[in-house]
Parts: sequence; structure tokens; C-alpha cells
Amino acid sequence: MREKILAVIEKNSRIDIKDLAILLGESEVAVANEIAQMEKEHVICGYHTLINWDNTSDEKVVALIEVKVTPQRGMGFDKIAERIYQYSEVNAVYLMSGAYDFTVFIEGKTMRQVAQFVSERLSPMESVLSTATHFVLKKYKDHGTVIAAPVQDERMLITP
Amino acid sequence: MRNPLSDKVTALEPSGIRKFFDIVSEMKDAVSLGVGEPDFDTPWHIREEGIYSLEKGRTFYTSNAGLKELREEISKYLSRRIGVNYDPLHEVMITVGGSEAIDGALRAMVNPGDEVLIPQPSFVSYEPCTIMADGKPVIIELEEKDQFKLTKEKLLEKLTPKTKILVMPFPNNPTGAIMERDEMEEIAKIVVEKDLFVISDEIYSELCYRGEPVSIASFPGMRERTVVINGFSKAYAMTGWRLGYACAPSNILAQMLKIHQFAIMCAPTTSQYAAISALKNGDKDVEMMRESYNQRRRFLLHAFAEMKLDCFEPFGAFYAFPSIKRFGMTSEEFANRLLREEKVAVVPGTAFGRCGEGFLRISYAYSLESLKEALGRLAHFVRRLDGC
Repeated sequence: MREKILAVIEKNSRIDIKDLAILLGESEVAVANEIAQMEKEHVICGYHTLINWDNTSDEKVVALIEVKVTPQRGMGFDKIAERIYQYSEVNAVYLMSGAYDFTVFIEGKTMRQVAQFVSERLSPMESVLSTATHFVLKKYKDHGTVIAAPVQDERMLITP
Repeated sequence: MRNPLSDKVTALEPSGIRKFFDIVSEMKDAVSLGVGEPDFDTPWHIREEGIYSLEKGRTFYTSNAGLKELREEISKYLSRRIGVNYDPLHEVMITVGGSEAIDGALRAMVNPGDEVLIPQPSFVSYEPCTIMADGKPVIIELEEKDQFKLTKEKLLEKLTPKTKILVMPFPNNPTGAIMERDEMEEIAKIVVEKDLFVISDEIYSELCYRGEPVSIASFPGMRERTVVINGFSKAYAMTGWRLGYACAPSNILAQMLKIHQFAIMCAPTTSQYAAISALKNGDKDVEMMRESYNQRRRFLLHAFAEMKLDCFEPFGAFYAFPSIKRFGMTSEEFANRLLREEKVAVVPGTAFGRCGEGFLRISYAYSLESLKEALGRLAHFVRRLDGC
């Protein structure tokens, strides 16, 4: 049941527990309990909204930053990651395999703001060796959802 | 001027769905529960294979029977899914949808006057195609009390010395009925005993929500007397690609291929290349879609129960077949009023045979939001009829 619940709410976190129970052929209580349990176990970490900021009047700049670091003795990468992810400007931090160590997503109001964050906060950290900043120009698809095009049902109304 | 038309064709009843379609298409703001095709787009890897084949300039004919690689993939697929082995070179042909295969199989096997048993309610083309092949359609009227399955008794009742072919339309459009292994086995025994042939339309075989798909061709003595028809439309959401296939012993298939060769040449080349990817890489897509349909199936049945609309539990395809008998209207009246008063399009059960009277075909190949909207209107309509 767990995987099935997750598959549905990953795409639609606003679905009623009642509807979810019907879809899965389970009781409402069982589904509610399972969700509560997953929240407790931190399998479910939050219920977010996918927003296409390009369609609002809000100016927003998102950048992906490649960060190379020297891991600290005894703590590996986790301690440095924590020092980076604590900033509210930082949206996501991933430890990577390959040519650099962290991917950091930063959000700001302007390019200057993002640049400032990188030059004043991120780069000066003692373990950070280098950064490369890439600004996001356009989001096409996010969280498995195509952002650009609304879907329309073009089928004929009646077919055999 | 002489009458330009064939009497045989003129006498054919046009599909009941077509009639209703004309009414529906006047209504611009209607919501629909009336489609007979998936709401998913064809998975991208399949579409891309089609695009790629066009880019490569693969715009020629294929052999009449279809691309060898596709026939080989079909053979492997059937072997793993229904446990029946077909020689890709002599026992598999690619057709323009399952529909062409139905027509071709009947024309290849029927002699004038041969009786063809057609269980109904079922897909609209078996009966007219039988007539076009100069066969005599004999209708077996399936019943809700049997969950619209074909029973041994019903089959025996309609057998005559002239009976040659039995059409097996399971999982069924429009009822959603399936036949389980033991039920299918009983039918297979009679078919062998009475020396009949079977055209098994398995186009919905992947959309089965209880147990694994069973083909009648897999029972002892059945492979040599069965034409298995399947295709890509429903399982891979590829209706517009028009691609199906027929598998049969080579003596039958060779004759079907002759008709196909003269009438069609070959199935669309682009679609054939795309379909290879469907069979090679499409298992997880099918599984995802099946789970999604199954969820919506539960949602639909729950909604019916809440509005007290009687419906047996369908375990196949993406249709439910609720009874409207308690409202004292014909299916057509009910569907017409539902369309005019609530702007919901459904298909009257009678479009699939006379014994569909008293039922509606309701499709659940819709997003949850669309289903909710349409079912809300249907519930409103039912409440009004019930006077509350």
C-alpha cells in the first residue's frame, strides 16, 4: 500500500484521503494511518506546490552552482553540506559523483543577489575550493510535470 | 441510372455509436464518459521511435505480413504473456488495427451460410463483418447474472450443425467482463469437441485487474483452431497509429494474408517501427497505465454505489456497464436525456447489441478530475429521477 500511496500523492498531494482510499481499494483509516506513519518516519518530508513563477509577476532567478570542496577530517561532506543548506537562499543541495562535489540550487530576486551570495557566502567558506554558477533560463519540466503546456483532451467525445 | 449500390452493404445497419455521436457532436460543452480509447498519450519512447523512423527515411512499404523484427517481438511477447508460441515467419501478421484482423479472419474462414456465434454485448464490428463475409451471425445474448461471461449452457444452446466459428470478445468492450481460466477452459472443451474455430479478440488483454490474462488459444487442442487478435491501441495507448496483429496456424494465416495483401498491402511502416519499441521497452508503461485504470475503476464503482446505480464489478478493459433498468427508460432515452439535461455523453448499451438494452457503457479512461465532474452530473441526474 505504501508504494501506491506514494505514487499517487507524489503527483497530487492535495487529494482527499477519502478519494485516495477509494482509488486504492483500502479503508480511509488504513490510508490515513499509513500516511501518518510515513510522515513520522520522514518518508514524506513535506507537501509542496509546483509553481510556474514565469507566469507570475514575481521576478525570480534560479541558479545551479557546481561546488568543489575539501572534505573535512572525520566528517566527510555532511558538515560542509550543512553549512551550505542552512542558508534560506539555498533551495537544494545534492552530493554528486563526478567532476565536482555539490550541486547547489539558489534562488534570488536578481542575478546580482545570487552572484553576491556566491561571492560573499559560498566561495569564502574555508572548505570550498571553487564554484561555477549557471543561471536557469527557462524551466520546461519540473518534478515530473511539464510546466510549459497545459494538457487538453483532444479525443472525440464518443468512440466505439 | 441503375442503383450503384450493393444490396448487402445497403442493408447493413450503421453503427449505433455513430448515430449517438452525431447528437453529441452538436453539444459543444458536453463532458464525456463515452470514449473507447485510452486517455494517456503514447509513451514517448514509442513516439520517438516513430519519429526516428521518419527521420531515417523509412517511408517505404514493409512486407505484406509486416516487419520481421516486429513479428519476432510479437511472437516473444505472446509466448511470455499467454504461453502460446507462434512462428513469426508464417503465423503472425501485422494489421491495420485489431479491426482489420477481425474482418480478415472472418473473410478467410467463412463460407456462405456458415454460422458465426457472436456473444453480445460486444464490439460493433463482428456482426457486420460476418454479414460482409456472407456468414450468418448468430447472437448469444450474455446476461448480467453471469457477469456477462459466456457460459457453457449459452454456447450449447446456439450450436447447430452449421456453426463454424465462435467469436470470443474478452476482456469485453462494452461490459468490462473477463473470462477466468476455468470458465475459458469449459468453452475450449466444447469448441474442440464440436470442431469449431475461434476468433479471439484479445485487444484488451493487458487491461485485466484480476489474475493474469488468459487466451483460449492456450488450452489443449485450441492453438490450431484459433485466430488470436491483439494490437497496440489499448495496451500502449496507440489507437491513432492503427496497428494490430493476428496470429493463427499458417493454413489460416496464409489466406488472411492474401486478403490483406490485396486490400491493404501492409500496415503503416512508421507505426510498425514504433511498435517494436512498445514491445521491447513498454512493460513498465503498461503496468503504470493498468494501475491507473484500476484506481479509476474503483473510483467509478464507488460512485455508482453511492448513487445507487446497479453495476456488476467489471475486471477488464476500461468500461463499466451499469444497469438503468429501475428507471423505466430505454438505454437510448436515458442517454439522450442525460446528454440534454446534464450534458454528459455516455453510450447506450444497445449500441453493442440488442441485449445491451437497460445498460449504459461508461468509460473510465479519463483523468480523476474529469471523472469527478462527469460522475457528479450523473449523480445529480439520478437523484432527480429518484425524486430527491
